[in-house]
Order: sequence, then C-alpha cells, then structure tokens
Amino acid sequence: MTAKNGTDRAGWRDGLRESATFDRPTIHEIRRAAREGVYDIRGGGAKRRVPNFDDLLFLGASVSRYPLEGYRERCDTDVVLGTRFAKKPLHIDIPVTIAGMSFGALSAPAKEALGRGATAMGTSTTTGDGGMTEEERSHSNTLVYQLLPSRYGMNPDDLRRADAIEVVVGQGAKPGGGGMLMGQKISERVAAMRDLPVGIDQRSACRHPDWTGPDDLEIKIEELREITDREKPIFVKVGASRPYYDVALAVKSGADVVVLDGMQGGTAASQEVFIEHVGIPTLAAIPPAVQALVELGMHRKVQLIVSGGIRSGADVAKALALGADAVSIGVAALIAIGDNDPTLEAEYEKIGSAAGFYDDWHEGRDPAGIFTQDEELAARLDPELGGRQLANYLRTLVQETQTLARACGKSRVQNLEPEDLVALTVEAAAMARVPLAGTEWIPGQERY
Amino acid sequence: MSVELAALRTVDLADSGVSSLNGELHAAPAGRWEVSNPAGRHAIAVGLTVPHEVVIEGHVGYYCAGMNQEAAVSVRGNCGVGVAENMMSGTVRIEGDASQAAGASAHGGLIAIDGNAAARCGISLKGGDVVVRGSVGHATGFMAQSGRIVVCGDAGEALGDSIYEARIYVRGDIGGLGADCVAKELREEHRIELGELLEQAGLGDADPREFRRYGSARRLYNFDVDDAV
Ligand SMILES: Cc1cc2nc3c(=O)[nH]c(=O)nc-3n(C[C@H](O)[C@H](O)[C@H](O)COP(=O)(O)O)c2cc1C
Repeated sequence: MTAKNGTDRAGWRDGLRESATFDRPTIHEIRRAAREGVYDIRGGGAKRRVPNFDDLLFLGASVSRYPLEGYRERCDTDVVLGTRFAKKPLHIDIPVTIAGMSFGALSAPAKEALGRGATAMGTSTTTGDGGMTEEERSHSNTLVYQLLPSRYGMNPDDLRRADAIEVVVGQGAKPGGGGMLMGQKISERVAAMRDLPVGIDQRSACRHPDWTGPDDLEIKIEELREITDREKPIFVKVGASRPYYDVALAVKSGADVVVLDGMQGGTAASQEVFIEHVGIPTLAAIPPAVQALVELGMHRKVQLIVSGGIRSGADVAKALALGADAVSIGVAALIAIGDNDPTLEAEYEKIGSAAGFYDDWHEGRDPAGIFTQDEELAARLDPELGGRQLANYLRTLVQETQTLARACGKSRVQNLEPEDLVALTVEAAAMARVPLAGTEWIPGQERY
Repeated sequence: MSVELAALRTVDLADSGVSSLNGELHAAPAGRWEVSNPAGRHAIAVGLTVPHEVVIEGHVGYYCAGMNQEAAVSVRGNCGVGVAENMMSGTVRIEGDASQAAGASAHGGLIAIDGNAAARCGISLKGGDVVVRGSVGHATGFMAQSGRIVVCGDAGEALGDSIYEARIYVRGDIGGLGADCVAKELREEHRIELGELLEQAGLGDADPREFRRYGSARRLYNFDVDDAV
C-alpha cells in the first residue's frame, strides 16, 4: 500500500517535531518495504511538487495590446494534425485530445465513456497497450491507434481502421520503462487480446522488438505508411527526458506529429520510484521541444501535442503559449468520468484508501469501475453519463482557454505566445524561458 | 480464384517504386506476382490482405512482408531487419539469410528461413511459427508469448529470455538460456507438431527426435520478492 500524504494523522502531539527528511510518508514507505520486500507499484503521475504551469501567469492586454470581447468575438480552437505527409490529416475541433490509455488498465465502459465524451466535443481518443476494442472504435469518431513495444493486440486491420497511428517510444511517467498489468486485471478477455495466460503479472516490453534508434524508426514509419497507403498521420510519442534531441530525431524519422509527455503524466501502474524520479517536468520539456522544431523549420508543420499534468484551461493555454499545437489529457479525463468520486468514500476506505487518494489502480478493485476488469465493478460505470461529464469538462477547458486567449488579444488559441507569459519563480522562468514577473530576466539568457 | 491466380504480374522495382507496388498489391484481387530488382529496398509487399503469391527476385531491406495476412511471399535472396514482422497469417519464405528480429511479434502464419537468422529471431512472438534451417543469433524468442520457433542449427546466447508460452525447438547447440527459459522434455505431442512444422517448411527430412525443446519455467509469471532484484 502506498504511503499517502495526509491520511495518517495519528500520533501528533504537542512538542513532537516531525522530520522534514523522515516525514510520515517516508517512514510509512520504509516500514512497508521492510515488511514486503518489493518496490511499490501504483497508478497516476508524480505526486511531488515540480515547477509547473501554476508558476506561470498571463499578462493580459494593456495599453500596447488590445483584448477580444470575452464571449462574443471569434477565437478559434480547432487544429489539424498530420499536415506534413499524411493524405488524411485529422481535423479536430478543440486543442485537447484524450491520451492513450489501455483497455486492460481501464474497463470497457471507461474506454467507451472516453470515446463518447471526446466525440461529443469533436476531438480524438487513443488506444493503448493491449489493442483496440470495439467499444472504443465504435464510440470514437477519431481514434488514434498506438503501436507500442509490447505489440499486444497489434493488428493490421485495426491499423487500417484507425484515423492515425501513434508510435510510442516512451511515457512521461516512466521514460525508459515498460508497462505493467497485474494478474488481477488479466481477465479472459484481456488475456485473449494480449495472447497471454489469464492471471499472470504481465510486463510489457520497454523496447520495440523490430527497431532500435532513429535510423530504424524512420524505416519503421515508412513501413506503417506503406501498409496504410500513406493515408494516416503518424505520431511519435516520447516521454520527456531529452526533448530537444528526441523531438529533432522524431522529425528526422518522418513523424507528422510529436507527442511529448512530461513527468507528471499518469500511468496505469509503475514503480513509485520510476514515477517520481525519472524524466523532466512538462513545463521544462516544452521550450526545448519547440526550439528543436523551430530550428528545423518545422514548428506548426509537425504538430506538437503536450501532456502530463494538464488540469485546467489555464494549463492548456500556457502549453499552447509555449508553442504546443494541442494538449492531451489522461488522469483529468478519468476524474471527469468518475475516478476518485467522493460519493464512494466508504468503499475506498474498505480497500484501505480514500476518495481523492486512491491510486492502487493495478489491483483491479476500483469501486468506480474504471481501473478494473471485474465485470460487476465495471458495470457500475455508466458510459453515457461518464461521456457527458467528460464532454462538460472538455467544454470548460476550452472556454477557459478561449477566455485567456481573448484576454491576450488572440483570435485563435494557438496564437498565444511566450510573450504573453511571465513566471512566478526563478526556476519556472528558467525552464519556461519567459521572464520572471516584473523583470526582464530570463535566467540563462542574455537579452542584450 | 484459380483463374485469377493464373495470370502472372511482373513488377520491376528499378522502374516503379515500392509504394506503387504495395498500392497495386493492396488493390488487386489475389494473384501471382514476380518482383525484380528489389535492391534491398524497405517495406516491400507489406500489409497484404489477400492470398497473393509474390516472388521477389533478390535481396530485400527491412520489414519485407510486414503484417502479412493470407499472402505467400518468397524472397530469392537475403532480407533485412524484421521480415514478416507482426504477420497474421500466410507464409513467408526466405531463401537466403534473415537479419535481426525475423518474424517479430508474428501472430500467425509461417516464416521459413532457408539460411540463418540473426539476433532476436521470433522476438515477442504471438502465435506465429518461425522455422530456420540454419542457426539463429542471440535473444531468439525474447519475450515470445505463443507460437513456435524451430532452429535446425545452433542458437546464440540468451535463448528464450523472459519467454511466456511459446515453444522453441533447437537441434544444435545453444549459447545459453535467457531468464526463466529452461530445457523441457520432448514428448510425443511435441515430436508430432515439430514433424508437421518441418514438413510445412520444406524440411521434412529432418528428424524431430534430434531436437530439444525449450520453454518457460513460469517462475516470473507473478511478482515475487526475489524477481525484483
Ligand atoms: C490509466 C492510464 C493508462 C495509460 N496507458 C497508457 C498506454 O497504454 N500507452 C501510453 O502511451 N500511455 C499510457 N498512459 C499515459 C497517457 O497516455 C498520458 O501520457 C498521460 O496520462 C498524460 O498525463 P496526465 O494523466 O497527467 O494527463 C496511461 C495513463 C493512465 C492514467
């Protein structure tokens, strides 16, 4: 069980001083490790605080810039993905897509809810490790099909009926790591789709079986184009670690779209040590990625989708202002369809957790019916209601993004620019490459 | 079908590009094709969906016959990385040697290699069969989930590393076993399936009794304190 901040209030008395080094979650984790002798696995993204979008502010219009009218004036939100090589690029209505999350990690009704919500808002969903299900194909107008190292359920028929293909190199939660799906979630259906025995703890590969390095990747992408008659946009997804080089190499390999996932990005199940200690924050990853695109003359030609800890329209607007063409969301979409719902408090407590803290998603006992393959639990999630909630949430994100864009005088959300931003902390100023608020200072940059 | 199969289409890759060949193969009903001057080009005859018979006269690059369904593709030469990767059904025959990752993640069908295959042959195999007349390189059958790999010669190091339910048969020596891969008894049922596989691959003269069987010890199937280190 994971050490959870704030759930353990026992033991405090006047005069006792808690150690900053050995705080309660740390002590809890040492004791757990001493008892169980194996690393902790959980879902979600990094819980530690890292410099993030909250450390940035928009300047808004002033004497030298004029704003657009809040509700009335046009502020476009659509985006075309895959304009570089694909015969059939994707045209989505909003700059927020649903990230790849596997059937296996998620229940079939959860995948359906994501499809319904995304489709209602004119955006795309993405398959995940484990292949494509009927539920998600039939409920997603625009579906991106992932080609992952494990190749679970990889099927050329699904490749052809997808709207785009995403070659997954890595994820922000665990750049350099493979996937995990614990035996409790390897039901008959999941096992059959992945060609594995029922009930085993499955580890998906961290390396692709048939290519290594950027020269091979280029040939791999060419093969995918040939199989699909050059119709589908090809995305390359990387976990944020060396974004300048990875983005440049993805472009060199022929990607139409690069997906860049920062360290706060969610995962269905990974080692805690991996989630918290590998990769760089989303905020820090965007500027080098955009720099690589600009230097190659490919900014806005190869679209950049950013993910990892996106929660609000403010986050969306800031990612776009730093140069992304769109963002992608995972955990936030799951919360919108019902994850960690406070009405289930008593049930979370029964499994040793609490609403708002539940992250043992790998155990397959999710009372909300999202992270489970148990049919009874899964049946609790109403995909229509979940879909409506997701659509509402996405609508809100878009309104917030437009509000901020209009305040900065932009008639298209992608027209937001670094110029519109300042940072609240020196760290964020250095990472985002925007000035510290009230100064002209961008740490690490000479401006004269 | 037999009427359509009668006509032979010849395509010279020195004149037409790989894309135009693949486009024709995707659009045409099942037929017989002869492809000349492949000159090591990549992604030749990929994504086929009908029982074409395709003969490629020469060496091919990466991913020849990738994701094949139904078709019978033969290469009169050597092939690059990932031949018949993720094949679903059909047959792919290589008359020469195959580079790395031959038959990677193949879900079905038969890949018959008359020469040798390099490292990671049958990696991530998911139900397909790979039969190699010669020897194979290291990490053959890495994480192979199901399907069968037959090696008439020798196998390199780390054979069957992290293997799941796939079965590996090797006639010659092995350079070493990978994690959780063990030698297993060759029972009658295995001799029968091996005999059938060898027959299908055109190696009916090989004696199944000379092979040894390797597979998963299934010790890594569930997380355990001792695996984590
Ligand atoms: C439950 C869950 C399952 C996931 N499965 C996959 C997957 O199969 N493939 C993949 O590339 N990323 C996977 N991810 C990562 C997401 O695609 C995405 O990168 C991440 O969730 C974005 O960060 P956010 O959750 O903070 O929005 C998964 C994430 C979650 C939360």
